[in-house]
Amino acid sequence: MKRRNLLASGVAAAALATMGLPALAQNKTKVGFVYVGPVGDGGWTYEHDQARQAVEAEFGDAVETVFVESVPEGPDAERVMTQMALDGADLIFTTSFGYMDPTINVAAKFPDVKFEHATGYKQADNVSVYSARFYEGRAVQGYIAGSMTKSNIIGYIGSFPIPEVIRGINAAYIQAKKVNPDVEFKIVWAYTWFDPAKEAEAATVLIEQGADVILQHTDSTAPQAAAQAAGNVITFGQASDMAEFAPMPRVSSIIDNWAPYYIARTKAVMDGTWTSTSTWDGIGAGMVGIGEISDAVPAEVKAGAEAMRDAIAAGEMHPFTGPLNKQDGSAWLADGETADDGTLAGLNFYVEGIVGDIPQ
Amino acid sequence: MDLSSINPILLLASLMVAATPILLAAIGELVVERAGVLNLGVEGMMITGAVCGFAFATITGSPWLGFVAAALGGAALSLLFGVLTQYLLTNQVATGLALTLFGLGLSALIGQGYIGIKAPAFPDIHVPLLGDIPVIGPIIFQHDPMVYIGLALVAGTYWFLHKTRGGLILRAVGENHDAAHALGYKVIKVRLLAIMFGGACAGLGGAYLSLVRVPQWTEGMTAGAGWIALAIVVFAGWKPWRLLLGAYLFGGVTVLQLNLQAAGVAVPVEYLSMSPYLATIVVLVIMSSGRAPGSLGRIFHASR
Repeated sequence: MKRRNLLASGVAAAALATMGLPALAQNKTKVGFVYVGPVGDGGWTYEHDQARQAVEAEFGDAVETVFVESVPEGPDAERVMTQMALDGADLIFTTSFGYMDPTINVAAKFPDVKFEHATGYKQADNVSVYSARFYEGRAVQGYIAGSMTKSNIIGYIGSFPIPEVIRGINAAYIQAKKVNPDVEFKIVWAYTWFDPAKEAEAATVLIEQGADVILQHTDSTAPQAAAQAAGNVITFGQASDMAEFAPMPRVSSIIDNWAPYYIARTKAVMDGTWTSTSTWDGIGAGMVGIGEISDAVPAEVKAGAEAMRDAIAAGEMHPFTGPLNKQDGSAWLADGETADDGTLAGLNFYVEGIVGDIPQ
Repeated sequence: MDLSSINPILLLASLMVAATPILLAAIGELVVERAGVLNLGVEGMMITGAVCGFAFATITGSPWLGFVAAALGGAALSLLFGVLTQYLLTNQVATGLALTLFGLGLSALIGQGYIGIKAPAFPDIHVPLLGDIPVIGPIIFQHDPMVYIGLALVAGTYWFLHKTRGGLILRAVGENHDAAHALGYKVIKVRLLAIMFGGACAGLGGAYLSLVRVPQWTEGMTAGAGWIALAIVVFAGWKPWRLLLGAYLFGGVTVLQLNLQAAGVAVPVEYLSMSPYLATIVVLVIMSSGRAPGSLGRIFHASR
């Protein structure tokens, strides 16, 4: 995940200076958070910071949390983590894919400090990895999108062609196609996680080309505003609820809810029961939430979407269930077969029916 | 591939909107640089303008007052740069970069209470008669007023720089500040006015993003538009009309590449993504014969 910001290193340096204050009490558990964007981004980093505040609320005076925002992925991240560890952090959450190698490097130097890396796949004795099955929420979105589109064109704003984003496109397409065989996906790659002007332009272009549903995998609310201006277009909140755009255009959302996980892991450090784990939770464990489906959605579609949400949560339904073919027509999953986590984690192809190439 | 899904009229119409923030910021910076000052803080002034404009527009309910506040906010921030570089003789490059960092932080602070709020609507004006012309009408004559104010600023800047005595003095200050000083012109006063004009224009450009283009406030929402404006000034050879061409070209190719992606054109997306930058650089370099103002970036003090 590249969320580089030319200027963020300066901000990070300023934040570090204020962080260097000595810890007030020795017996407190100190938890550090490294963020890739500003806490006010209204999406990804905002939700991580909400979870940090939940940790503080849960344990009160027993914990102390520190965070550094807008940390560029790369050497700067390593410096920030090292500084946190030197300042006495017991547990450090690094919340972007690009922090993977820096986390492993710093963890090797501080064997007594526990690390938690989001969305990565490299583990160590003191490094756990965790991520959320956002694609489960995408399946529900695809169902609503396919049911509600009148033009049969669904616009999709992608950020970067990485497995996480491609999983989302596939999951949404499979369900949309199921309820509406005529549906077509138009995919635009923005090559950014966060650029409101560019996201607004991408949404406008998709609407001009006939899309009446916009799905986004970028972090700002700009596409929502563009859809609102256009009128009869529906959207879904991304990472955060974006409820200010409900009931139209935002008809539902995927919400990242990290709080239960962060609280559980902090508790484990306090109790001394922390071990290195790999967690990939979805709707069932509450890590992925489906925002309230608004009244703009017809009642029977809403009921169907909620049934799908509950079936996924209960483990009765898997968004990637065969028969499914790859885009080139070769077989992927047989009838009734579900995709294994290994394949999903590295997913790099479209399913049959999606038009266009994945940029390599 | 389905090129028929691209509507050329809508494409040209959205080109003008996409180009306006960069155009506004760039025309201000052009005047600053013609006066011999290099202000790299465009990004910081834009984002400050974006938040000031958004805040005032939501408080007062009037987008027009928002734009006025954005211009004032941008000008105030640029005045800080002006005082530092013109009176305290600080290095212009370093001060400009610092201004960008400061602007980003300040705007995040001011914007705390405005995240997730909607801006008041800023309706398009439908120019009577002209707006009804088929094809051309919707492309050119049915935009929000700021698009036309941007165009008017370019025309006004050209007229001022090349047809008035004030413009001649400003250019003289930029070309050779010692000579201008010897002739009795107030170098520092001229430069301060130019810097404030640049700040006001950058503020307007930022407010165009937060009030019209996006329209909402989010931290860091300019996302590099200020740097592109700076680059366009250089590639346009410090000439207003080429700057207009550069900004429209950049805006146009940006919108076009998204259209081509959505239409499923079989060109690798990476090439489409870099195309706005490439096209703008190539065209402006080919026609460039521009020369930087002689005193650009140099510190002036009357005793030297």
